[in-house]
Amino acid sequence: MAKQDDVQKRAQVVLRLDRITKTFGALVANDAVSLSLHRGEVIALLGENGAGKTTLMNILFGQYTADSGTVEVFTQTIPPGNPRAALDAGVGMVHQHFTLADHMTVLENVTLGTHSLWKTNLDSVATRAKIVRLAEEFRLQVDPDAIVGTLTVGERQRVEILKALYRDARILILDEPTAVLTPQETDDLFETLREAVDLGLSIIFISHKLHEVMAISDRVLILRHGKMVAEERTSDTDKHKLAALMVGSEVHAPEVAPATPGPALMSLADVCTPDKGNAPGLKQVTLDLRAGQITGLAGVSGNGQAALADLIGGLIQPESGTLTLEDGAHPNWTAREAVHSGVGRIPEDRHKTGTIAEFDLTENAILESYKDAPFSRRGWMNWGRAEAFTREVIDTYDVRCPGPGTRIRLLSGGNMQKLILGRVLESEPRIILANQPVRGLDIGAVNYVHSRLLEARDKGAAVLLISEDLDEIMALSDVIHVISEGQLSPEFARGTMSPAELGVWMAGHGFEAEPAHAS
Amino acid sequence: MDLIDILLSASFWTAAIRIASPLIFATLGELICERAGVLNLGIEGIMVAGAFAGWMGAYSGLGLWGGVCVAMAVGMMFGLIHSLLTVPFGLSQHVVGLGVTLLATSMTYYAYRLALPEVTSPPKIDAFQPFEIPILSDLPLIGPALFSQTPLTYLAFVLVVVVWAVLYRTPLGLALRAAGENPAAVAAQGLSVTGIRMGAVIVGSGLMAVGGAFLTMSAFDSFFFEMVNGRGWICIALVVFGAWKPGKALLGAILFAAFDALQIRIQQTPLGADIPYQVFLMMPYFLSILALIVMSRRAEVPAALMVPFNKGER
Repeated sequence: MAKQDDVQKRAQVVLRLDRITKTFGALVANDAVSLSLHRGEVIALLGENGAGKTTLMNILFGQYTADSGTVEVFTQTIPPGNPRAALDAGVGMVHQHFTLADHMTVLENVTLGTHSLWKTNLDSVATRAKIVRLAEEFRLQVDPDAIVGTLTVGERQRVEILKALYRDARILILDEPTAVLTPQETDDLFETLREAVDLGLSIIFISHKLHEVMAISDRVLILRHGKMVAEERTSDTDKHKLAALMVGSEVHAPEVAPATPGPALMSLADVCTPDKGNAPGLKQVTLDLRAGQITGLAGVSGNGQAALADLIGGLIQPESGTLTLEDGAHPNWTAREAVHSGVGRIPEDRHKTGTIAEFDLTENAILESYKDAPFSRRGWMNWGRAEAFTREVIDTYDVRCPGPGTRIRLLSGGNMQKLILGRVLESEPRIILANQPVRGLDIGAVNYVHSRLLEARDKGAAVLLISEDLDEIMALSDVIHVISEGQLSPEFARGTMSPAELGVWMAGHGFEAEPAHAS
Repeated sequence: MDLIDILLSASFWTAAIRIASPLIFATLGELICERAGVLNLGIEGIMVAGAFAGWMGAYSGLGLWGGVCVAMAVGMMFGLIHSLLTVPFGLSQHVVGLGVTLLATSMTYYAYRLALPEVTSPPKIDAFQPFEIPILSDLPLIGPALFSQTPLTYLAFVLVVVVWAVLYRTPLGLALRAAGENPAAVAAQGLSVTGIRMGAVIVGSGLMAVGGAFLTMSAFDSFFFEMVNGRGWICIALVVFGAWKPGKALLGAILFAAFDALQIRIQQTPLGADIPYQVFLMMPYFLSILALIVMSRRAEVPAALMVPFNKGER
């Protein structure tokens, strides 16, 4: 009897999207997409960037109005274009970029928007009790009075989930939730999600990480170019099949041949740099970047990666310790010197520091070398040479664009990154600093960037790959360091550490066991 | 010796609180705008318009409180203009703010000439009179300073508590502060960032205008050009001084007013005979800048101040 009830409940459809179509000009973002979600079920929405996942969710949440199609939550049709409708119907969204106010407390963030604005008090006693109860029920440990700005990324995500649960959400949508988490935090999140499913919630898990999709979901729906191309039971499929469905053809990650490391091209010895606000500086970091080798730097963001990248790029100087290149120590290390010593930089944020949005491709392509021959002589620009160089980059690196005169902000992320890659690699750098080189790119572009980096390695460059994506680090790096709170772990050779073991280091454990430096 | 006499005299503190009152209104108004994420540089012009509108309202027979309401309404109208341009259209808050100041100031002068074409000196009204609160006003020093003021001054102090309570103790205040910290968080909860920000600017501008009206209806009984004389800009600084908190902003306003009251009195001492009076005029501004430097170092600026929010953009 109870069993039958259970089956009955599982069969209940809680959310149904019916033939949703949305076009932006000539672009069809969603083409008659239908999906249904059952009670107590986790479905994964899989697709590359630009496949239409975000558009679909924005339609569900009333940010966009669909051209045609209907949204039903608990069999009630949701009026289009009304952001509150989905929330009130019991759908909660955990956005990829957290929508939290950093200067406010957890309690304030959770309460925001839950009371009528014209209510005369906040009733924080009842609110607090409810938050504490939910936190226990769903294993979401977080202090209600903490200021959000002081929390870790994992804790902030818990606040986002609490926000949805506080509003009595019965359906949770998580957009790329694991992108910023350590493996352990991801495990905790999955634990919470399973707890939620047991309590009868339903979950849509948006991701492009295949192994997580395999681990958490019951069904996988695959979107490609705005179309729902496949639906698979997770138990009946595997990663390769999903990857092929996602990009529409077999995917070939670049083959990684064993490296033949040469001498160290850059060495840091006991280098310290000052803390910068909340971001820790480096704490007695010793590191060798060897020719013909990719050194991976794993770690949760905000643990000193920025300091190391700034140091290598010459934006900051060591407070103590030495930085040595092949030609000896460089006590007055500057960005100019870094460029002249053959350090090529693929910056972390291509929009903020990598490019100038309103400049055209030519201007962006010579951004780092415009002062040097052949692009300028005796203080005059030689635009002809600059444009010729840009055309070469566009051809060699397959930058899809109308021409060198296009403003760079009109390019997609992948094409922008290819131009940056071309700008860096064409100068044949001896040392390559690749900081989050594939963030936000689709699989095709990711593979392209990776194979180019491997090519540069095989030509004898020393590559430092900084990434928050442990899979990327493990796939590409010949040796791996973990950074935590500005401290660097010992060097681990390829294949000697499991993700879980690296995760322990990423969480800041293991460093204590190191013999303390005499200070 | 002289200084201590001045600081212990009731008339000094009475003057300080009176000078502080218009600043309190306008600072609270600016604080509300900025907490919601909009810098309102229209403040100086809105105070001019409020000073004129309140006085004109009372002069045309609407009564003193009627005049205050007219001032408030005029302020809110300029607030509407400002917020329309800065919030839904997302224009530069600096340019729009300065534009509103110029517009409000010149429209006021125009309206003045239109209403009173042939006068050489502006007419006087029966301004708000001090109202002595029984018993409390008999207290030494603070009695005359705090409890023998005009009703508008009492209103200013009450408003500090009201604004504080709304900001920190109501869902509306929470949404308003969140709009100034991370508007995406507000939008994600299905609330209208545009509505909240526009509402804050409109109400805040109304308060600025009442601050202006205090000058013509309570501190004095007539309207002059150049009457506001940079007080709006002082209020912008006071918001920073107060770290975007109503209580601290009140302290800042009183401190600045006390400096101002002090310099007038020092001018009349023997010391004043030897030093050019401009030095004394400068003093409150100079000391305010010093205090600002000290106080604002650790202040937390609303993270989304001056950042326009467009729904659907990332």
